[in-house]
Formats: sequence, structure tokens, C-alpha cells
Amino acid sequence: MLNLKSETYPDSRGHFGPYGGRYVGETLMPALLELEKAFFDIAQDPSFQYEFHDMLHHYVGRPTPLFHAKRLSTHLGGAAIYLKREDLAHTGAHKINNTLGQALLARWMGKKKVIAETGAGQHGVATATVAALFGMECRVFMGTEDIQRQAANVQRMRLLGAEVIPVSSGTGTLKDAMNEAMRYWSGVVQDTFYVIGSVAGPHPYPVMVRDFQKVIGEEARSQILNETGRLPKMLIACVGGGSNSMGLFYPFIEDSVEMVGVEAAGKGVHTGKHAATLGSGTVGVLHGSKSYVLQDENGQIMEAHSISAGLDYPGVGPEHSMLKDRGRARYASIEDGQALEAFRKLCLFEGIIPALESSHALAQALIEAPRMSPDDVIIVNLSGRGDKDLGIVNQHLKF
Amino acid sequence: MNRIAETFKRLKQKKEKALVGFVSAGDPNISDSLRLIKAMCEAGVDILELGVPFSDPTSDGPVIQRSSGRALKSGVNLKAVIAMTRKIREFSEQTPIILFSYYNPIYAYGNKSFYNDAIAAGADGVLIVDLPPEESDEMTSEWTGNDFSLIRLIAPTTQQERMAHIAASASGFLYLISKVGVTGSDGLDTGDISEHIKRLRSVTQIPICVGFGISTPQDVAAVAAVADGVVIGSAFERLIEENLENPALVSVLAEKVKACKAATVETS
Repeated sequence: MLNLKSETYPDSRGHFGPYGGRYVGETLMPALLELEKAFFDIAQDPSFQYEFHDMLHHYVGRPTPLFHAKRLSTHLGGAAIYLKREDLAHTGAHKINNTLGQALLARWMGKKKVIAETGAGQHGVATATVAALFGMECRVFMGTEDIQRQAANVQRMRLLGAEVIPVSSGTGTLKDAMNEAMRYWSGVVQDTFYVIGSVAGPHPYPVMVRDFQKVIGEEARSQILNETGRLPKMLIACVGGGSNSMGLFYPFIEDSVEMVGVEAAGKGVHTGKHAATLGSGTVGVLHGSKSYVLQDENGQIMEAHSISAGLDYPGVGPEHSMLKDRGRARYASIEDGQALEAFRKLCLFEGIIPALESSHALAQALIEAPRMSPDDVIIVNLSGRGDKDLGIVNQHLKF
Repeated sequence: MNRIAETFKRLKQKKEKALVGFVSAGDPNISDSLRLIKAMCEAGVDILELGVPFSDPTSDGPVIQRSSGRALKSGVNLKAVIAMTRKIREFSEQTPIILFSYYNPIYAYGNKSFYNDAIAAGADGVLIVDLPPEESDEMTSEWTGNDFSLIRLIAPTTQQERMAHIAASASGFLYLISKVGVTGSDGLDTGDISEHIKRLRSVTQIPICVGFGISTPQDVAAVAAVADGVVIGSAFERLIEENLENPALVSVLAEKVKACKAATVETS
């Protein structure tokens, strides 16, 4: 296997091969340097690590189960599909793993205010949750389009005491929310911690978010070994910015296990209305790091599209760009309609309502499993639950 | 001597400070933008900053976001800004022109081609808001001469040691960001600014221009008393935006430039 463990990347300036780095205004640079130092300090600090893992257990409810989806697997007639049940984590998605880690780090650094950007609202809810838990002031930036399509999560954030700040620029989606969060952070950087929700953004966020999320893959690896006595053949996870997929993939990176990241093909990659950044983007700089982005020939960032607000983003984490170039992970894409179909299947076959984001990963499993042998195992990261999506799903499926 | 150094030398002899004027190139369209720029140069802008429009300007406040948006809407991109630079050289041989950009449009254009084409068009340097010294080698390593300045930024959050490190690789002038936040924010604190300038002067001889949130001739006079130059961007762009339909736009902007320029003259 490739030697891809943490010793070789990112480098000391946060580069994953040619990707990553810190492309931000000078006002933010000192804060990123301070954050980087604090993050590497807590990574070595046993009491911090103890508290983080203790709270993952008692507050988040970890470990989350690894569930053998037998009816679905039998129906497909191929590989055995196991679901990593991040939907059962507190707040209903994997996002809480990272926000808990970052909030503990904010407290450790003496910051009492946090801000976040959110697309589907899961990261916003998870940030509002830990802010309430630690008595911090919380502001969440969210695009106006996303506020409409993920209204339930907006209510949850407000109930948790967070202020939701609508962002109407651009298409009113995740990219615009992140622009506005970065602008706001530039003005309050001395006393405010920015909780980024994906393995994107400037160094140290990509490595930090991955490290707070790798608990997903660590658990899944030991759970599947316990249950089946061997490693899975394939991992499948959806990729917007890429935090749940990186969390699942990373602990398997030196294993002989195939990794498939699934981007949103929206209305179809050929229509231009999609979010398949790794599939059809080119290398550029967005939101503080170099990675694949959806852009025109003049370097203007294009608007993404997906039925799933959490995948509706024209960028992607730099580590994914590196894994793509090195061939260590394969990146596929799933259209809106295919994701809806997978959503319905999981409801009916397993009694689980998945998030539309996670439904993209499931849809890919529906394609992969029948081509594989019943002895093979696929682990699908069920990154979140679908309650938040019932409004959108109802418009399309008319249940 | 290059245009930037000559400008500071000339101003020093005249006991004036530099008025650095920013406009989003191509706002509201290329021909009107060129007329506005010509008027600004004639009315007293000493150094011109030409903003390259970008879809996601994360260091800019609403005024420059909108001006950048208008320029993009009229089809302006880096290639067009370089072509505009060539046009500006037809009426202003001596005014230093600094291209003011985010990194992605330059990266997409190609670092080496950008360097060659910008110089050929008559630009004197570039300021890239989201390219700190930690990342700029990838660009400057493709530059083949020393005749083009990379304008470095210093922020109020920049610590002394880092300040010295940034100043050591600076050329042309240093751009001191007056306060935390995005362009066009309120709450200018000249006490803070002179403190930062004092710290910065202890590590460098290079001219210091101050920008972000400077909008009135009074602001200009206060900052000019301690700095080598004063940058105005949002205040000009706001005026352009408010007078888009006004046939007298060019003269309205020229009056504002004149008033700001007058405030850069040392009074003692």
C-alpha cells in the first residue's frame, strides 16, 4: 500500500501534496497559527483526549452501531451491506464529533464565542448544541435557500440559543454562508473561534476536522473485524466538503480496502447543475485552501447544485484531492433522482430514514453491491438521519 | 527607478503623502470604468489599485462585493483587467498601477503568464489579499525578474516578529490594514494606526500605506499625518454606486478625489 499515514502529510504548512495550505487574508493568519499550535498541543495532551473521548461516549452516544442491512443486501443479491449508524449520534449526524472536539479546543484556548457556517443545518445544529453545552455564544451563518429547505434545523438552532444569520448573496447556499462567516470572523478574530464543519478551509482545519472525525473509521474497523473477522472490501461515503468520508476512510488508508467517495451529480453532470467537484472540477483556491473546485476558465467559482444542501458546495477538502490524484480513493457521483430512490429503499427495507446526503452513498452501494460476491462486505457511512429532509422528499416522492 | 519608488520620491519632495485609489476594474462596464479611472488620475490619485473582480471576495465588505459583482456581470475577468491596464497607460504614463486581486483568478490565468502579461501591459505590481508569505513562493518562483512588486499586507493582528519577516520580503510599499474586519468597515482609530506604524517603522524603511475604512478627507488627513500613503476604495465605490444613473458621475468622483488629495498635503 501507499505510505499515506500522518507522518508524511500534511506537511508543516498544511499541504496534502500540492493541495491545502493557508490562503487567507493577513488579518486571519495569526489566528490560524495560534489555532494550529493549540491543536497540536491538545493532540498530545492526555487529559484533553480523555475528556473528548469520554464526552463522545456519554454525550454523543458513541460508539455508534455498525448494522448489517440484511434485507437490503438480500434484495440486491450481492455484497453484504453494513451501515455505520452516524444517524444515531446525538443531533442526528456525524457533525457532532467534530464540533465537540472544536468546542473543547475553543474552551481550552479561552474563547467564549463561536461561529459556524452551515448548509444542511446539521453542522449548525451540532455547533449550537456544543455551544449550549459549554455556555458559549453562538452565531451560525446559513444561506437563505438552505434556510428554506432545511427549516427544521433552523428551528433547532434557535431553540439551542444560537443566532442564525441569513446569507442572501450568491445562491444563498453553503459557499455563500462560508464567505460570510469568513468575513465576519475577520472582524472578531481576537475573541471568536470559527468552527468549520468540513475537512475544507485553511490549515489546520482539514487535518483537525479529520482527526476529530476519524473515530467513525476507527470504530467501524474494529466493529467489522469483531463481527466478520476480516476487513471490508469497500467503504462508501458521500462527499460534499468531505468530513464524514474522511472520518471513515482515514483509519483504513493503509489497508487493502477500496474507498469510494460519492459526490452529488445534481440534475446530471452534463447539465452543469451539479456538485461533482472531484469528478469535473479543476484545481483552484477557495475558502483558504487549494483543492479541486468548480470554476470557469477565468477562475470564477461556479454555483453548485444538489437536492441535498449538505453536498451543494463547489469545493472539496484538500485531502480528498490528494487521494483522488494518487488513486487511493475513487470518486463517483449520484444524481438527485438516484439519491431519492435510495432514500425510499432504505426506509422500506430497513426501517431507517436516511439524510439525503447519506442517500447518495447508499445509491452508490445499490450500484456496487450487485456486482460483488455475497462474501464481500461494503461499509456505507450513514452520516445522518433524514427527518430534516421530509419537506424536500415529500415534494418529489409525494408520500 | 520604477514608477512606485519614483512616485514616493516625488511626493516626498513636494511634502505630500500618496493618495492610493482603488476601483473595481470594469465597474460598471469597461468603457465607463476607463473614463472614471482617467478622471481619478487627473484629479490627483498618485497610485492606482485596479481591483480584479472575483466571485467570492471574502475580505471585502458589501460595497466592494457589489462593485465586483457589477464588473463580473459586464463580463470583466483578469484578461480584461490586463487589457484595461494597457489602455490606462495610453493616458497615464507615470501613475503606478497595482493589480488588486484574490489568488484564484491569477492561479487560473497561470502565474508565469500573469507576470509576463501584467508587466507587458504596464502594471507595476500586484497585491493578493489571500496569498500570505507562507504560500507566495509558488507564484514568485515563476517570476523571472525583480521589476514587479508583490505588495505585502500587515494586519493589526500581525505580531512583531511576523511583521519583520513580512517586511523583509516586501517591495514597492507595505499595505497596513487599519483595523480588523473587511474593507469598508466603520470605526477608524488613528491612535491604533499610529501605534502599528511605529512598530512597523522599527523593522522597515519601505513606504507604508494604510487602507480599510478610510472615507473622508478628515480621515485622510489624520492618517496621512503618520503614514506615507492612504488607500481609499469603498468610499470611491460607494460614490460610483450612488451615482450610476447620474450623468455627472465622472465629475462627482473627481471632486471627491481632489478633496482627498488635498488632505494628503503636509500642513506644518
